[in-house]
Amino acid sequence: MLLVVAEHDNAALKPATLNAVAAAAQIGGAIHLLVAGSNARPAAEQAAKIKGVAKVLIAESAALEHPVAEDLAALIVPLAKSYSHVLAPATTFGKNLMPRVAALLDVAQISDISGVISPDTFVRPIYAGNALATVQSADPIKIITVRGTAFSAVDAAGGNAPVETIPAPAPSGLARFAGAELARSERPELTSARIIVSGGRGMQSGDNFKLLESLADKLGAAVGASRAAVDAGFVPNDYQVGQTGKIVAPELYIAVGISGAIQHLAGMKDSKVIVAINKDEEAPIFQVADYGLVGDLFQIVPALDAELAKRKEGSR
Amino acid sequence: MKVLVAVKRVIDFNVKVRVKADHTGVETQNVKMSMNPFDEIAVEEAIRLKEAGAATEIVAVSMGPPQCQETIRTALAMGADRGIHVETTAELQPLAVAKLLRAIVAKENPGLVILGKQAIDDDCNQTGQMLAALLGWPQATFASKLKLADGKALVTREVDGGLETIEIKLPAVVTTDLRLNEPRYASLPNIMKAKKKPIDALTPEALGVDPAPRLKTLKVDEPPRRQGGRKVGSVAELVDKLMNEARVI
Repeated sequence: MLLVVAEHDNAALKPATLNAVAAAAQIGGAIHLLVAGSNARPAAEQAAKIKGVAKVLIAESAALEHPVAEDLAALIVPLAKSYSHVLAPATTFGKNLMPRVAALLDVAQISDISGVISPDTFVRPIYAGNALATVQSADPIKIITVRGTAFSAVDAAGGNAPVETIPAPAPSGLARFAGAELARSERPELTSARIIVSGGRGMQSGDNFKLLESLADKLGAAVGASRAAVDAGFVPNDYQVGQTGKIVAPELYIAVGISGAIQHLAGMKDSKVIVAINKDEEAPIFQVADYGLVGDLFQIVPALDAELAKRKEGSR
Repeated sequence: MKVLVAVKRVIDFNVKVRVKADHTGVETQNVKMSMNPFDEIAVEEAIRLKEAGAATEIVAVSMGPPQCQETIRTALAMGADRGIHVETTAELQPLAVAKLLRAIVAKENPGLVILGKQAIDDDCNQTGQMLAALLGWPQATFASKLKLADGKALVTREVDGGLETIEIKLPAVVTTDLRLNEPRYASLPNIMKAKKKPIDALTPEALGVDPAPRLKTLKVDEPPRRQGGRKVGSVAELVDKLMNEARVI
């Protein structure tokens, strides 16, 4: 039996949960989903509909509305002993939580798996994805985080699993949620977007990201950024694509004014099609780009925007 | 309050890593090694706490072969007060490192342990969380702001959706994200001074920890290489290719 820890905001599941379920399905066995939250019934009901899920466990308490790792680990550790594998998405949620669970169980954690070879052997990227390690676990319980881009999401519909209520532990009192500033955007989420338009240091200012936003809206795309653009304060941290930011693999990734440092490539080089727009024709980004366009982005991006508007008009 | 920082010696972030021909790992011979960048941010944060009067002593810990002393010296040159080197040539995985750190915490009694959120070699992102678990302490990972007051820490964390702030009781474990601070460079006089600062030598045996790895690396491969490098001449050509060749828009 496998347990997948669902990531959600009580009202709905985060899409990365579906990729973690996909990895669990590849390992094989009955899959249970844990939804820990407060007023989390809507998320649990979504979980019950996921294809291939055999049972949903729901644990609710006021403290779990914005759960801290200390309290989630206290919930998961006793449950984990009934399972061969416990998986979570390799998002900031899963990365924060799962090593705590693993250490309390005295087992290793297998981070960010990108492939399943067998129930005890997995592939995971190391050195910013410049090498792939195949690792075998000798531990009785495998604690795993899953790289979402490496596993196609399972169907969110088609299942009809029972929902079982389990008790939530009393809060540890060690840590307390004190607030959040979450980005609100009408655009798709970076990690699940079909198209991403990303900007780098070459954008020169946060204001200039409006050029990319306009382009993104024509394409139904998300907007991302390189570390350089985030460090420079052009855009907030949740835009960052790269080794230590978000890992993305959309169908189309348009890199604008991004030179292509190893750390950035690590976050996007599995995209299906990569377009690079940069004035420096020696920029390393061109080596991974399917279509490179050398020139001034402040001319190219508005021209691209206009061209897309024209074609859209023409197709009507 | 004493602050413990953990520093790892890794292949420098600018080096293009190459997989060994026998697929047992990556080339580390004659390759430039440096302190893990996230650990530099951890050292810097500890120094800033000391400069602000919130910390009294900074102890930098590293684990691994004798060359790790160089990494500790870097931390001492930045401003740490003394070092601890756990010497071993054994492969150390995050759980073993967390157990060794727990043993050191038991000897040193720090009020705060700061680590990098992730080492850029194995990309595990585990050790801080594991150490917090083993100690029964709270954790604040991916920190971009740290404020200490009244036996508590208010930590702003970089999460996928934006920023989150949590309040944790001290003692605690904090792991650093990129925007926490910009680490200083060590000045030449401080590099000279660092040579005289003490480094204690310990071993896993002396700390009573079995560091045996739990994960066996069966092989290390190169990822499939992308066929890139094609250029287009105009915006119109780009849109044509995206529509009719790649068919992604």
